[in-house]
Amino acid sequence: MATVAADNTAVRVSGTDPMRPEIYTVRRVHRESHDTFTLTLVRRDGGGGMRFAPGQFNMLYVFGVGEVPVSISGDPADGQVLVHTIRDVGAVTAALHRLKRGGTVGVRGPYGSSWPVRDGAGQDLMIVAGGIGLAPLRPAIYHVLSHREEYGHVVILYGARTPEDLLFVHDLEEWRARFDVHAYVTVDRALGTWRGHVGVVTNLIPRTPFEPGNTTALICGPEVMMRFTALELERRGVPLNRIMVSMERNMKCAVGFCGHCQYGPDFICRDGPVFPYGRIRMILMQREI
Amino acid sequence: METLESILASHPFFHGLEKRYLELVTGCAANVRFRAGEFLFRDGEEAHQFFILREGRVALEIFAPGHGAVTVDTYGEGEILGWSWLVPPYHWHYDAQATEPVRAIALDGRCLRGKCEEDHELGYELLKRFAHIIEQRLSATRLQLLDVYGDRRR
Repeated sequence: MATVAADNTAVRVSGTDPMRPEIYTVRRVHRESHDTFTLTLVRRDGGGGMRFAPGQFNMLYVFGVGEVPVSISGDPADGQVLVHTIRDVGAVTAALHRLKRGGTVGVRGPYGSSWPVRDGAGQDLMIVAGGIGLAPLRPAIYHVLSHREEYGHVVILYGARTPEDLLFVHDLEEWRARFDVHAYVTVDRALGTWRGHVGVVTNLIPRTPFEPGNTTALICGPEVMMRFTALELERRGVPLNRIMVSMERNMKCAVGFCGHCQYGPDFICRDGPVFPYGRIRMILMQREI
Repeated sequence: METLESILASHPFFHGLEKRYLELVTGCAANVRFRAGEFLFRDGEEAHQFFILREGRVALEIFAPGHGAVTVDTYGEGEILGWSWLVPPYHWHYDAQATEPVRAIALDGRCLRGKCEEDHELGYELLKRFAHIIEQRLSATRLQLLDVYGDRRR
């Protein structure tokens, strides 16, 4: 259905009609938090899973309700299942939330550019996630950890509103337990039982080892959080084009036809969602774009 | 051997401070330890110290009736904790609890205030350094207040 570019440039959809969804079946629904859940899908025709690059997204179609763009949150090396983590915020995501094992979902994709995990080999890697922004970064983390020897310091920073809002708790525990990864979690506020960090995610940056001039940074989360994180990394000397951010806009067609997700001269669906910060820095600092 | 002066001299907070001032500051410093669960200071108490954390983690808490202790920030290795010693009436406004065993250097605020009064150049130097920390923490607090992580619906 699609080809995956070696770097993070946009993927060109080829072959079958890019507007026609493939039919998938829900194998598992896992509740991550009060409003966020993970769907594990398999192809209904029994075929293998989808090849994708970390950071790419699919259009998920609930028939009779509508379609939404959702990042792929599973392991890119797992060829059998397709995993998406979704926050219930609208009609289509609510319909996805109501699905049970055996339910049907239409899937178009994968679309968009990806995290340049291969280009980051030989360097320190700083991965900064906020809220549900950890979902599109999780495939990159899976890739990096399964090729751990190719990287220098690997730092994972994750911020959420409260301890109850943390996603992928099991993964977080596993990453924090590794001796070859610096993984830190922080929340904006916590009651007495929480013994971890409290404060914004950018506060964690000074506590981590990395060599700014030799670092690739991957950032995903709310736009304000990405802006402040990118500014902090820029201030510390990480090259602008090695700071990657994943943008989010209202994507409809996913192939650059409809224009809904226009972002300055780019379309997020076709030219993003992953952009080098240096390329969009001026737009990111503008209001109301 | 690692002396208090060498530890302070290598801390970013004191970078660029003249040696004579560093010696004055070191004269007000002492090593301290706290067990997990122990309070470094409590809301309302007189604030006559600030801390340079060397190991462990400290939670800054506010007690909210009906909610209990709410942690609003945490501090760890290398960070500065406390500026109420600098601002009259020199009282703490939060509780600071060690969530892990903590090793720190405590700097005596009364001692420092006296030296700053005697030498305003030292006072200005310290004030500039604390103003920078206060600015960073104010910015971080504003980001926390933005509550950017998404729609909360129950």
